[in-house]
Parts: sequence; C-alpha cells; structure tokens
Amino acid sequence: MTDTSTPLVEIRNLSFARGDRMIFDGIDMDIQRGKVTAIMGPSGTGKTTLLRLIGGQIKPLSGTIKVDGIEVTKLSRSALFQLRKRMGMLFQNGALLTDMNVYDNIAFPIREHTQLSEKMIRTLVTMKLQVVGLRGARDLMPSELSGGMARRVALARAIALDPMMMMYDEPFTGQDPISLGVLVRLIRELNDTLGLTSIVVSHDIEEASSIADTIYLLSGGKVVAHGSSKALHESGSEWAKQFMNGLPDGPVPFHYPAIDYAEDLLSAGSK
Amino acid sequence: MLNFIQGLGHSGLTFFQRLGRANILFGQILAGVPGILLRWPLIIQQLYYVGVLSVLIILVSGFFVGMVLGLQGYNILVDFGAEETLGVMVSLSLVRELGPVVAALLFAGRAGSALTAEIGLMKATEQLSAMEMMAIDPIRRVLTPRFLAGFISMPLLAAIFSAVGIMGGDFVGVGLLGVDEGAYWSQMQASVDLYDDILNGVIKSIVFGVVVTWIAVFEGYDAIPTSEGVSRATTRTVVHSSLAILGLDFILTAIMF
Amino acid sequence: MMNTRKTEILVGLFIAAGLVALFMLAMKVSNLNIYSDDSGYEITASFENVSGLKVKSPVEMAGVRIGRVSDISFDGERFEAIVKIRIESKYNTLPKDTSASIYTAGLLGEKYVGLEPGGDEENLQDKDKLKLTQSSLVLEKLISRFVDSFIDKDKK
Repeated sequence: MTDTSTPLVEIRNLSFARGDRMIFDGIDMDIQRGKVTAIMGPSGTGKTTLLRLIGGQIKPLSGTIKVDGIEVTKLSRSALFQLRKRMGMLFQNGALLTDMNVYDNIAFPIREHTQLSEKMIRTLVTMKLQVVGLRGARDLMPSELSGGMARRVALARAIALDPMMMMYDEPFTGQDPISLGVLVRLIRELNDTLGLTSIVVSHDIEEASSIADTIYLLSGGKVVAHGSSKALHESGSEWAKQFMNGLPDGPVPFHYPAIDYAEDLLSAGSK
Repeated sequence: MLNFIQGLGHSGLTFFQRLGRANILFGQILAGVPGILLRWPLIIQQLYYVGVLSVLIILVSGFFVGMVLGLQGYNILVDFGAEETLGVMVSLSLVRELGPVVAALLFAGRAGSALTAEIGLMKATEQLSAMEMMAIDPIRRVLTPRFLAGFISMPLLAAIFSAVGIMGGDFVGVGLLGVDEGAYWSQMQASVDLYDDILNGVIKSIVFGVVVTWIAVFEGYDAIPTSEGVSRATTRTVVHSSLAILGLDFILTAIMF
Repeated sequence: MMNTRKTEILVGLFIAAGLVALFMLAMKVSNLNIYSDDSGYEITASFENVSGLKVKSPVEMAGVRIGRVSDISFDGERFEAIVKIRIESKYNTLPKDTSASIYTAGLLGEKYVGLEPGGDEENLQDKDKLKLTQSSLVLEKLISRFVDSFIDKDKK
C-alpha cells in the first residue's frame, strides 16, 4: 500500500507553544520504518510533548506530522482513533488501570476493540505476557507490581493489538540495573521480532544509544544534531559533545540566565 | 483597588470558563449514554461503587434522623395534644426535604468525593491519557458509566433514607414514647400524597443525583493532575455539590410546593 | 475486576432495597390514589361555609372513604360555596336524599365531607345535587355562640 522506503513518521516544520513558551520551533524529523529512533535532550525540552503530538492528543501551532502517510493534525476524532489502534504507547509509569489486575489490563484494549471470545483473548493475553516474561503475574493487581514489572505489563498491553509502531516515554527512568537491562533488551527484541518501528524518548544516553539506530538531539525547541549514536559521539558539535558525554557546562550553561553575579551580590548588600 | 477589581475579573473569567467546560463535558457524557447502555456490566460495577457502598451510611443516618425527628416532633406536638400527627410530621419532613437533601449531602461526601478522587488519580497517573492512546474515549468509558450510576443510585438512596427514617420515627414515637401506632400510620397516610409529596421528593433526588455526579465527575476530569490538585478537586466537589444541593433545593421547593 | 458475581448480587440487592423503599413510601406512607379523576361519578352540593375544606379532601360515609372533593367554587348569585364530589363508581347505590356535612377530624385535624344516607328508593346519579347540607363548623362562631348563651343566661 504505502511505499516502505518512506519514513513512517514525517515531521515538517513543527512548532508548538505552551503559553508564551515555545516548546518546538520548526523542527523536522524522519522516523524510519523498522528502526529504533531515540529522541534525546535535557529535561523540559518537550520530548514527551512530541510523542503526544504524534499521537494526536494535542494539536501543534503549525507544521505537519504524517504517520504512515496520514496527516495527524487534520484527522477527525474517529479517524484519529482508527490510527491510534495501530500505535502503542508506553507511559512513563506504565499508566496501568488500577482497578483491574494484570490480565484484565492487557485484555482491556482487546475487549474494547474486538468481539473476540474470552478463550481467544486468554490465548492472546498469555502470549503477550510470555513475551514480557510475566505470565506468572497474571492475577496480581498493579499496586502489587514493582516499577519495572508495571512497565513490562504496560508494554504487553501496548502491543496487545499488534501495532505498527511503539512509542516509549522515558522507559528507563527510575529503574534498577536489572530491570533496566530487561527493558532495553525487550524494546530492541520487540522491534525486531514484531517488525515494529520504535520511538524512544529518553535522557539516559547510554541505554538509549545502545539500542537506537538513529538519535535526534533536541534542545531549545530545535533539533541540534541527529545521526547514529557513533556519529553523534564523534561529531564536532559542541552541543552533542556536552550531552553525549554528560559535561556539566557547555552550550547548555550550568547557570540559569541571571544578572551578573558580582552585581547581584552588591545589590543585595545595598538593600 | 485596581488589583481587587482585576482579581474579581480573573475569578469571574475562570468561573465562566470552568462552567463552559463543565457544560461541554456534560454533553459529551450524555452523548456516550446510548453506547454504554448496551454494556450493563460497566454500569453494574459502578452501581456497586457509587450505590452499594453508600447504603450503610444512608441507612444509619436515615434511622438516626428519623429518631431525632420523632423525639423533637413529639416534644413539640405533645404541647398541643396533637402527638397523633407525629407520623405526618416525620414523614412529610423526610419525604419532601430531609430525604432528598440529606441523602444527597451524604452522597456527595461519600460517593462524590470518591468519584473525583478516582478520576483525578486516573488523570494524574496518565490512565486517561493511556486510554486515549489506546483509541478508547475515556469520557465514554470512564465518566459516562459513573454518571449513570449516580443518576440511578441517588433516588434509590433517598427513598431508602426516607423509608428508614420513617421507621426510625416509628421506633421512637410509637416504641418509646407511646404514640398510638395506628394513628402514626393512618394520619400519615391521610396527609401524604403520592404525587405532591413522594413524587416531588423523587424528582428532587433525581435532580440532586445528576448535579452531584456531574460536579464530581467534572472536578475529577478537570483536576490538575498532581496529588495536590486532586485533593483540592475532592474538596471542591464536596463544597460545590453541597452548595448546589441546598440552592437547588430552595428553587425546587419554591416551584413544587 | 473484582468478583463479578458478588458485585452483581450486591447491586441487585441495592436496587431491590431502593425499589422496596419507594414502594413502601407509595403504599404505606401515602394514600395511593388508585382511582383517577375520571372514574366514578360526580355530584354537587352547596354549602353556606366550607372553610378549611380543600380539593382532594376525603369524602366519607360511615367513616369509610368513598370519594374525594374534586372542585370547590363560589356561586356569586346565592353567595354559597359549590363543592363537587367525586364518588367511586362501586358506591353507586347511595339514596337520592343523602345529606352532606363538613366535619373536622379531631379538634385540629383536617376537614372532610361526611355523607349520611336518607331513605329514598332512587339512587344518586352523575351530576345530581345534594339538597340537605350542613356547613363547616367555624370555631370562632361556635365559641361566640357559646359565650353569647352565657351572657343571655346572666340577663335572665
């Protein structure tokens, strides 16, 4: 149907503002099919907002976002819902429905969108649970899960309807090293075995660059650098160097913009 | 002074914005009703949370309010030698006013605040967002069943409150104070009218049910998605719905009786 | 999802309890108005004074309610009150010379119309008019008459 050589997500000249603050100022981005793309940048650069824009939950100020050739920004609500059935999203804390157990959480999108029999649903859910390695946790409630497990359950739920694309919102934050490793492996494996396209939003350089085929670096509402992780590490860009190596000072200054230090001290004394 | 006027204008604008959002949400909730009516299990589940869990407090309070009415009414009526009309007094106060109003106030405190907290937390933990990303409309899936459950529960709870209250009055008046049982019930039957009193009471409780659940659901959905925001929204639900109940009660009473 | 069966049973009990409460309010607390306004037949009676009588006040014969007051109006020519009484259709054998009085239930209770049967062979029909009536007892008049009789006695 659609040409597989074109990018799955095509973002052109996208701008978005919250209040007076520009979050994105004319960014362009291509997410290639079948690849893992990481979107990185310091906190507060609107990485999560970008995922919401792609999912059509919020509308941009200007610019276009095409997902699989469909312009997201101009879709009607029902068409948007049709498109979203083909997208999976993993929220930062999993966002499991707290009044249902693990099994029902994963069955939830299947029950809502299909008329499958309970027997079929059970098979599907068991398969998804096996993928994330939590078949034994079927009857637990979300409150009984650790953070890493909750994220894996949410992952199983996100792939319940076999989407064409997965979006991960900060999947690595606040994880112990073991569950971190599990998640990193899961994201990569799911992408390759299910033929997904993945977008990972993160500021964990090491994990993200270990699985990403392409990395976009965002700062100040612009794409400051993009390329493979190797290319970025070796790039001459000051900014990329600071971020990739975690240097405290550089193009992103250590100090929040303020008046001159000496002047500030003196004026405090004069008061 | 100018600051005061600005503050006034600001709160006025926020108020009308919220009112507008609440009305839009109400429309969206109603639009979801036909779809959800086909999915009874969802409503039944919410009837459990909204209705069944409120029964105990309604039973206990209803009985006590009835007993107090019996006691106070007896003390006043006995001075006129008219203690036989105790049943009339207890039943009319309950059926017309206290049943719908007190039951609605309790409902706002018990079920309304729980609804707001639940929906607010679902918003704060991105559960509503997640549903949207799963192409499931959270308004239809989460809010509409809760709204319907409130709409169904409230008249039933108010009726239970009144019935239990009348029994409470009977317990004190007839059982403890020695009013003639026949007089208690027959005077009541002679004075309480099915349409004028009971039906109007039921209409009142339906209106209160709609308003309380609407406020509760809106506050939850409109809450700032932080723990502080949710706790404030919960407080607002109780305060606003209590005020709405009392204000509407006056208007409805003026129209009906 | 918690135990669905338990939830459903409890919800069922809740709805049943609510309906029972409504039913109790309707049957036991109120006088369920079974007959609508069209059933039965209507007779009229004119009274000198109907103070305290209301539309829907009960109409009794031998202490049993057999109907209700359906309308109260004022006759501008004879300066009398015209009371329309609707009697349930099953009580269709009341004699034509039945008389009507207005009584009070208890000292402070509400007013009702009491009917007393006469001896006529013919029965009352729709739109008939009662000839013998006795007016509402007005407490003030009664007291003043009582006081007057004392004054009269003193004069003697």
